[in-house]
Amino acid sequence: MSDFITQFQFVFLESERYQLVLQGLLATLEITFFAVLIGIVLGTLVASVRSTYDKNQEELKKHGGIGYFALAVANVICKIYLTVIRGTPAVVQLLIAYFIIFASSNNDIQIAIFAFGVNSGAYVAEIIRAGIMSVDNGQFEAGRSLGFTYVQTMIYVIIPQMVKNVLPALCNEFIVLIKETSVAGYIGIMDLTKAGDLIRGRTFSAFLPLIGVAAIYLFLVMILTWLVGKLERRLRVNER
Amino acid sequence: MMWLSSMIGDFRFVFLDSNRYMLVLEGLFVTLEITFFAVLIGIALGILVASVRSTYDKNEEALKKQKGLGFYALYIANAVCKIYLTVIRGTPTVVQLLIAYFIIFATSTSDVNIAIFAFGLNSGAYVAEIVRAGIMSIDNGQFEAGRSLGFTYAQTMWYVIIPQMIKNVLPALCNEFIVLIKETSIAGYIGIMDLTKAGDLIRGRTFSAFLPLLGVAAIYLVLILMLTYMVEKLERRLRVNER
Repeated sequence: MSDFITQFQFVFLESERYQLVLQGLLATLEITFFAVLIGIVLGTLVASVRSTYDKNQEELKKHGGIGYFALAVANVICKIYLTVIRGTPAVVQLLIAYFIIFASSNNDIQIAIFAFGVNSGAYVAEIIRAGIMSVDNGQFEAGRSLGFTYVQTMIYVIIPQMVKNVLPALCNEFIVLIKETSVAGYIGIMDLTKAGDLIRGRTFSAFLPLIGVAAIYLFLVMILTWLVGKLERRLRVNER
Repeated sequence: MMWLSSMIGDFRFVFLDSNRYMLVLEGLFVTLEITFFAVLIGIALGILVASVRSTYDKNEEALKKQKGLGFYALYIANAVCKIYLTVIRGTPTVVQLLIAYFIIFATSTSDVNIAIFAFGLNSGAYVAEIVRAGIMSIDNGQFEAGRSLGFTYAQTMWYVIIPQMIKNVLPALCNEFIVLIKETSIAGYIGIMDLTKAGDLIRGRTFSAFLPLLGVAAIYLVLILMLTYMVEKLERRLRVNER
């Protein structure tokens, strides 16, 4: 036991190495938080285009017109975006962002936020699209038959119900991204995982740094999972 | 057409000079090797964990009354499985890979085997949930019918539940293979020459990032699109004899 305490002191307290872990944790949370924000914005945009196209396709096809072509082109772009992002690993996307798209930038964390945000957007888009599709079509027809336009029906009838369905899944996306961002060290970002790896290299002792980092991730993910579970139960209270 | 000829020149320099395409092929092979064996471990482990978890869930009350050794053994196995699931699903794969590489197999030199172990262990947790969901998705009436015809619990599982479960679960298991192809791209974190690392290495050697990285991305994309298409085909085939 005293051996363990000395080891702990050596690994984490000497030369204030715990500061590395704290900085890494901060970087991980920073990347995750802003990436989720970008992901939600991008995902909502893509999901709107995709479901607007799906719902209005037949009607617009009859009119032809510039609106139809604009929407059809936007829909195709969204589809390509989804296929490419979901068909390649996040690490490769990160490398492409780092070495090709932002080759001249030296702000690594912002590059990671961009890469993980674009990656997350594809998954959020599918969550939101599933949320829109999960609202019964009768709700949509009721809105339209009461004289709402397509946009009004969406804003006042569909989206409020969709948000309730989708919120827990979006929070889960945050949890997934916390784990996902651990690959940021691949391009040399000092996130939580890299901090543990760095301490391992400096102390020549692998056990405590890596298990410590794993414990922090586990703790974070378990707390957040518990909170999402609670949110889910709260949202279900007023259901019939 | 200037850009085309310069593109071809770049392509030659990046992939053909000093046989650098061999690095890509070797990397692709390593990626597929790790993925394939990791999926095998994952399926074996996942089925084991799912069996324990659902046997416990289905027989909990009956066994609690008897309070024999069987109940305690199952109870402990169930608790172990739960901890395994929580820990594996609560920590990033990279961290698990680092722990396998620097702690569990610190003395081993076969990096690919370590990666297969780490990704297999990781995949097992996700497969376990897939299989458990598959078992739970079978209507309880099927289970009751088996039992009321005189089958034991194990017989009911073997002859009635599992054959139906496999049909539900097969596409999801194939998807797990697709997910793992993407997951294993982090193997380069511990210096394994997988497909991603091969692209990264060529980038470092040629000082040109565009072609190596996009080439690697294209290979992943083609692989995954092909496999997704095949899984969809399988799914449609499995649905043919449904009412």
